[in-house]
Amino acid sequence: MTTTQQQTEAPSPREPQRRRAPLTWRQRLGRLDVKLSPYLYIAPFWIVFAIVGLFPIVYTAVISFQDWDLVRNQGTLTGFDNFAFVLQDREFWMSLRNTFSIFLLSSVPQLIAATFIAAMLDKNIRAKTFWRMGVLLPYVVAPVAVALIFSNLFGDKYGLINTWLNDFGLPKIAWHVDVIPSHIAIATMVNFRWTGYNALILLAAMQAIPRDLYEAAAIDGAGAARRFFSVTLPQIRPTLIFVIITSTIGGLQVFDEPRMYDTRGNGGSNHQWETVTLYLYNEGWVNFNFGRAAAIAWILFLIIVAFGLLNFAITRRFIAGDAAPKKAKKKVKK
Amino acid sequence: MPLKKKAKGGASAVSTMRPGWFVYAALAIVLIASLFPFYWSFLIASGDRYSANDPNLSWWPGGNFLHNASVVINNPAVNFWKALGNSIIVSTSTAVSTVVLSTLAGYAFAKLRFKGSGPMLVAVVATMAVPVQLGIVPLYILMQKFGWTGHLGAVILPGLVTAFGVFWMTQYISQSLPTELIEAARVDGCSMIRTFWHVGLPAARPAAAMLFLFTFVTQWNNFMWPYIVLDSKNPTLPVSLSILQANYFVDYSLVLAGVLLATVPLILLFMFAGRQLVTGIMAGAVKG
Repeated sequence: MTTTQQQTEAPSPREPQRRRAPLTWRQRLGRLDVKLSPYLYIAPFWIVFAIVGLFPIVYTAVISFQDWDLVRNQGTLTGFDNFAFVLQDREFWMSLRNTFSIFLLSSVPQLIAATFIAAMLDKNIRAKTFWRMGVLLPYVVAPVAVALIFSNLFGDKYGLINTWLNDFGLPKIAWHVDVIPSHIAIATMVNFRWTGYNALILLAAMQAIPRDLYEAAAIDGAGAARRFFSVTLPQIRPTLIFVIITSTIGGLQVFDEPRMYDTRGNGGSNHQWETVTLYLYNEGWVNFNFGRAAAIAWILFLIIVAFGLLNFAITRRFIAGDAAPKKAKKKVKK
Repeated sequence: MPLKKKAKGGASAVSTMRPGWFVYAALAIVLIASLFPFYWSFLIASGDRYSANDPNLSWWPGGNFLHNASVVINNPAVNFWKALGNSIIVSTSTAVSTVVLSTLAGYAFAKLRFKGSGPMLVAVVATMAVPVQLGIVPLYILMQKFGWTGHLGAVILPGLVTAFGVFWMTQYISQSLPTELIEAARVDGCSMIRTFWHVGLPAARPAAAMLFLFTFVTQWNNFMWPYIVLDSKNPTLPVSLSILQANYFVDYSLVLAGVLLATVPLILLFMFAGRQLVTGIMAGAVKG
């Protein structure tokens, strides 16, 4: 988009320029203004990024190879010790398992629900803004607050969910003891906050679908369900993939909810719901081992990158798989 | 059968048809599910210390909410007013700064020509994909060196401007601000910064308002970094909620009263500006 403007904008700054006469002080200043201003405008971003982004990232790599001394605020080189420790730590593998389990339990149902809600909102309903805002409300509430509310709802002894289960004659579930139930509880908090948000993103994609497609499908005899699966879903696929990737990046870093799920915040008596980020926090600011925390940060980053690439590969296959038959059809028609 | 259906719908077929009760019922369930947790919290927060453990709790709120709220507010460990003030300071200052700096950079990327603008924009987008946790240890060490641990500056500095904000404003300005307007201002003798101030900034106002809201909400809810770098003497609201939980875990009526108190400001903001948030999310989805 910048290239197109370059052509249209080009003549303006050169207008006052003449060959022979030496430039006046004002003109020189004006030229400097034109040349320098863009860099000055983007400089604040890069300065902030250098301090809080670039430097810490590079330095994380350095610290991850060191045994960091908090008193001297210095490290001594220890090679791959931190990485070796983390990779041999049972707690790390448990936290990795928990992270993936919570991630799957939150992203899959959430995506299905969000798509369904978006389809409802995409209908020609009355009071559109009201319903859209209603769906978005949980998003503005702090994860910490959501976690405190839900850890009460999922209380082991007197929680509302267990009371309901009891009323239906079902056994109570130990939400704060058992592995999978605790993951379900934490995933519910994540879903509560993000389903509506993602529904709105998907709704925007659905509204961009040309309405003729639906009319054509209806004339061809497609019912509501068929129109949803054969028109809506293929059309919103790129947005779906965008939502999947962003929820992957966010989901693998989940911290607030597991931290606040009980009062001690170390991920359960047996690390049942400790996530990788919580593990990082505990190594860094409970055990005060910054070298290990930095190593965990790098490992987590690599996992996210690997997962992102995997997603990307799947995405490309999906899109290629979609485009190929269309081309084939066109050729046949010609 | 199909003939009958078509006759009913007439010329205005499926996409303009009013939906049946099923759609409203489904949406109503979603709405109830989003509101119910708050109502339930209010039920417990308006009761006493036994409410959370009462299996036959009334569905009508009790009369103790104000009492519970005042207990929370007056507890020195929770530091409620300080936390509220800090949250307002942090959210407002980062939102204002993010809007100004992102608009400035977005304007440059969208409308000004300079060497390296293309690769630099790509670099901005690339920084968005880096997770926050990656740099959190050195960031903490840095803040210690600055002597900023426990101070709001440690929370504000990383939030001064975001890559998302720059990208968002670049997208918006490149689409909505005609280059002719900038040229006209330049021909009339405006300096670069005056052109930005009088032409660029007003044109970017709608997107700037949305960016303000998003940054405000994100910072208000931000927990991990403030939790690490601040302490109980100088907390933000989410941090003070974690202190509240540690203090009162036996008495959930107080914990949830605190949760509701901390949530009310954002619910109020949502009532006034929720419409813009909805538009913002939907606009961002199409462009991104």
